Amino acid sequence: MDRELIVAIRDLTCRYADAPRDALREVSLEVHAGEFHAVLGPNGSGKTTLVRAALGLLRPTAGRAEILGRAASEWSRRDLARVVGVLPQREDNLFPQRVRETVLLGRYPHLSLFGSVRETDRAAVERALVACDVRDLVDRWLWTLSGGEYQRVRLARALAQEPRLLVLDEPTTSLDLRHEMELFELVRALVDARRLGALMITHHVNLAARFADQVLILADGHAAARGAPVEALTRDTVERVFSWPVAIEPFDGRPQMIPLRQRKDAP
Amino acid sequence: MKYAALLGVALATVAAGLLLGPASVPAGEFLRSPIVWQLRLPRVVLAYLVGGALGVAGVGLQALVRNPLADPFLLGLSGGAGLGAVVAIALHLPGPWALPLAAFAGAVGAMVLVYRLGLIGGTGGAGGELDPRILLLGGVAVGAFAAAITTALVSLAEAAELRNAFLWLWGGFSAASWTTVLVMLVYAPLPLAVIAAAARPLDLLALGEEPAQYLGADVRRLKQLVYLAASLLTAAAVAMSGVIGFVGLIVPHVCRLLWGRLHRTLIPTSFLTGGILLAVADTLARTAVAPRELPVGIVTALIGVPLFAFLLRQWTVS
Repeated sequence: MDRELIVAIRDLTCRYADAPRDALREVSLEVHAGEFHAVLGPNGSGKTTLVRAALGLLRPTAGRAEILGRAASEWSRRDLARVVGVLPQREDNLFPQRVRETVLLGRYPHLSLFGSVRETDRAAVERALVACDVRDLVDRWLWTLSGGEYQRVRLARALAQEPRLLVLDEPTTSLDLRHEMELFELVRALVDARRLGALMITHHVNLAARFADQVLILADGHAAARGAPVEALTRDTVERVFSWPVAIEPFDGRPQMIPLRQRKDAP
Repeated sequence: MKYAALLGVALATVAAGLLLGPASVPAGEFLRSPIVWQLRLPRVVLAYLVGGALGVAGVGLQALVRNPLADPFLLGLSGGAGLGAVVAIALHLPGPWALPLAAFAGAVGAMVLVYRLGLIGGTGGAGGELDPRILLLGGVAVGAFAAAITTALVSLAEAAELRNAFLWLWGGFSAASWTTVLVMLVYAPLPLAVIAAAARPLDLLALGEEPAQYLGADVRRLKQLVYLAASLLTAAAVAMSGVIGFVGLIVPHVCRLLWGRLHRTLIPTSFLTGGILLAVADTLARTAVAPRELPVGIVTALIGVPLFAFLLRQWTVS
């Protein structure tokens, strides 16, 4: 039960219409309950495509993507939103809204067509606000929040969905050190405390190595490496994938990457 | 609370529409007067229903194209309806229903055309997804084309036809009757219910299409249903009363400012407020220069444009 398989991706291949080559090629991934997975890779390596296909927004040309044993494309959006909470990379705020309203949007997949918000929904919102430490912000307008607060509010919205899996697409871009660390700590804590699965796309090789149980490194749409950080993040792989010389040093039992000056030891 | 206040204002508006008019009705005969029962009451009720329909269509379309400046007529429907109506006038089609039916046909024609233009990807019916930006561009283009033909027809018309066409193009309720009210009462509930049922998904759509899907909205179906429902409401409104601008643009904004952006309240309050605005405008239209009558579209523009300019100012300042 604890190790329940939430996401199963097998040999997934995707191609956008009219694209000359596959955006994703034979990628496999398994996320169990209580596991934190990080997806690394340069820009355009297929990270967001992987999420889209895993969550049924993109039909794969080959391979399978399953959520809780059912093909992603067979889930209705509403049912899937009760199981998976997503922080997309970008979203709009077309009309001004307050934090409480925003987090309540996470309850929408649980509400009936014309039914109103119930006590259970309010309780779920409250728990999510507390878990993400944004309880004090409920009456603030979204646009008045700092970047770190805004991401925690969006995480609270995803938690209000009461999901089994959290998917986060570059959630710490443009956050400063403290807010970035806080977000990673928060996701790790949620994974451990609630046995959630987590799938995070990030550019932070070192934080992924510190916090994640498993990393998947994508390069040009295929998996360059996959496994525990210490196995996957070798100097060879990182240099090849990111096209830059690096050193890998252990810290706390996890590999940490140090980018090298390119010209230092040049002849 | 807000609904009680709105209903109170709505009743007062309808009462004012019954009491005021070019003909004076003696107080003693008021409840028996055919002027009140056969002319003023159906007229004010029709104006209210059309205003409410335009308000809700405006809410739906603004959420759909994710553009706060969208208006039901921006999607080419007024152009199509105007063309239909002017063709009916130019051909001297007989009968009281010729003009509204022709206008309705024109609006639906424009709707189908714009819908086809807006549908991208997935060849041959099966796939295909509405792109709101293309929908807007297509609407503007189709509307402009229809307006050009309309103007060409009007420029060739006789004086009497010209006046007819002109009055129709600016909207009015002089043709209101209990039959038109009944048609609207039978027709409007279905598209209104479709938009009301989409209230929560429309909240989600404000985040963008992909985030909305991750929060459980079936965006592809949502866009199609809301587009069709809002367009069919607009087509009926335009068939009943001609082109009445600004109601569908301004009413959603006023309601959003007063009661927030959530569609669960935005949709009903926009119906009530749209009805109030148009019922007031129509009462003004037929009393301000009595015994002549102003096209109601002129009155909504005269009230609506300053109000909208004010809102826009508030918006850009904050």
